[in-house]
Amino acid sequence: MAETTITAPRTTPKLRAGNRRSSGPLPSKKVGKRYWIVLSILIVLSLGFGFGLLAWDNPMPPGSRGFWLIAQMRASNVLVMLVVAFCQAIATVSFQTVTNNRIITPSIMGFESLYVAVQTAAVFLLGAAGVVAIQGVGQFVLQVLIMVALSVALYGWLLSGKYGNIQIMLLVGIIIGAGLGSVSTFMQRLLSPSEFDVLTARLFGSVANADPSYFPIAIPLCLLAGTGLILNARRLNVVSLGKETSINLGINHRREVMKTLLLVSILMAVSTALIGPMTFLGFLVATLAYQLADTYDHRYIFPVAVLTGFVILSGAYFIMKNLFYAQGVVSIIIEVIGGTVFLIFILRKGRL
Amino acid sequence: MITLENVHKKYSNDVAIGPVSISIPAGGITALVGPNGAGKSTLLTMVGRLMGIDEGTISISGFDVASTASKDLAKIVSILRQENHFVTRLTVRQLVGFGRFPHSKGRLSAADELIVSRSIDFLDLGALEARYLDELSGGQRQRAYVAMVLAQDTEYVLLDEPLNNLDMAHSVQMMAHLRRAAEELGRTIVIVLHDINFAGHYADHICAVKHGKVVEFGTPAEIMRDDVLTRVFETPVTVIDGPRGPLAVYY
Repeated sequence: MAETTITAPRTTPKLRAGNRRSSGPLPSKKVGKRYWIVLSILIVLSLGFGFGLLAWDNPMPPGSRGFWLIAQMRASNVLVMLVVAFCQAIATVSFQTVTNNRIITPSIMGFESLYVAVQTAAVFLLGAAGVVAIQGVGQFVLQVLIMVALSVALYGWLLSGKYGNIQIMLLVGIIIGAGLGSVSTFMQRLLSPSEFDVLTARLFGSVANADPSYFPIAIPLCLLAGTGLILNARRLNVVSLGKETSINLGINHRREVMKTLLLVSILMAVSTALIGPMTFLGFLVATLAYQLADTYDHRYIFPVAVLTGFVILSGAYFIMKNLFYAQGVVSIIIEVIGGTVFLIFILRKGRL
Repeated sequence: MITLENVHKKYSNDVAIGPVSISIPAGGITALVGPNGAGKSTLLTMVGRLMGIDEGTISISGFDVASTASKDLAKIVSILRQENHFVTRLTVRQLVGFGRFPHSKGRLSAADELIVSRSIDFLDLGALEARYLDELSGGQRQRAYVAMVLAQDTEYVLLDEPLNNLDMAHSVQMMAHLRRAAEELGRTIVIVLHDINFAGHYADHICAVKHGKVVEFGTPAEIMRDDVLTRVFETPVTVIDGPRGPLAVYY
């Protein structure tokens, strides 16, 4: 009686000499080479745009004292872009990992509508003078605190219960965001045209919104939260396999998700309070970073994402400033050019 | 040995699991069988600590599932669910490498790589190890998942319907692999099966579940009988002598 046997040949492919079998994040030489080339290009582009912003159209001869004075004044804008790119990139990638969903961003979780609501309420209640009131370090800290508090309350409430469910949390977050948006729209309806004009300027995501006096608080905060996430990269890799697989591999999934969401909310709050809404940037950066890095490993995705974010932001700002003389509203060009690049990528590759 | 004592979980007034008290012996393959909605998968997920229990205790070789740290349990027991969908793009080898996470915490040593290679070869995935999961057929992908839990190198392996969506040849192949894992690697495998004939042929013990309770537990010879199967599945079953052992006919 023939017992069932395994028919497939039990052979290991003969590997070329020196080609060790490895489970590393960059599975083949080709992928590895591509990764480092992409990273180098991003670094060169970042340096190029960064330097371009400091030096282009600088009336003083390079190297002179006046040149450096002007460059120094522009440096704060570059720093803002660096902070925002860092926050948005790391926050979005981490957020998409723990929610196991690559088509949402943390900004739809009520962050931006909360920002809009606070700004609108200030103008609505205090008049145009309110705009003055919503500047300054105290207001910045308060804004960050409110946003972090809201998200911690939301995550804590919805994820710790017996029916802790990430999909429901996302839905509630989106609905709260939409609700806040409607309240803001209603208040905007009642504003006088001049007040509305003042408010609109604040509601476009703009590097010019940032005040250098926020830096001593914003930079340490985002470095702290960002480092926390980067050091956690190996565990995020496991979390990206989903809840059940990560529990099987010994990860305390709920704790990991809560910790990540807390750090994400700090990053998003800092970025939004600093320059205003940037709905599309995080999503664009994360999606491009997955395509460019082409690996599951967050230790490799994070640097690509941050650099991509900086290249997009500084590139958009550079073009707006030197081509269209409209440096304020970078979010517009990010959405136009970024969206186009994004579409080309997706249509060419056919997968997220 | 996996011991369940008075395990109870309540969903609503008329849907509940338990009370279940049972000992699954170490070694060999134990198959969980039973009608749809009987609670086979739920029991398995509770043993694999993917789902909490309301009352009772579950212990795996002496470790209480509820109180032992998840990272320590991950070195004793591994569980594979039916639905596995990853948002990230992984090669077969990267996936299997994740099986080493409880031991290596993500820093794969040469010894880890050796174990990964061994479990890939064990499931005949050597030629496919550089392929991405989305480039594989369903059967190949299923084998890759099993290779991952084998690389986890746990004494106990829990599998939730690994034959789901596999055709005849792949089902037989998968069961033969699992049989070898139990015999050659000394693993204790607990598996949810739909086809009673697979359980009768490949398992060492069969555990029949119905309405959230364990109604029968025994060797295939004890379970593969007309009266027992008819009672468990609530449909007339006749067991005949097939060319390779008892064969349940139910249509």
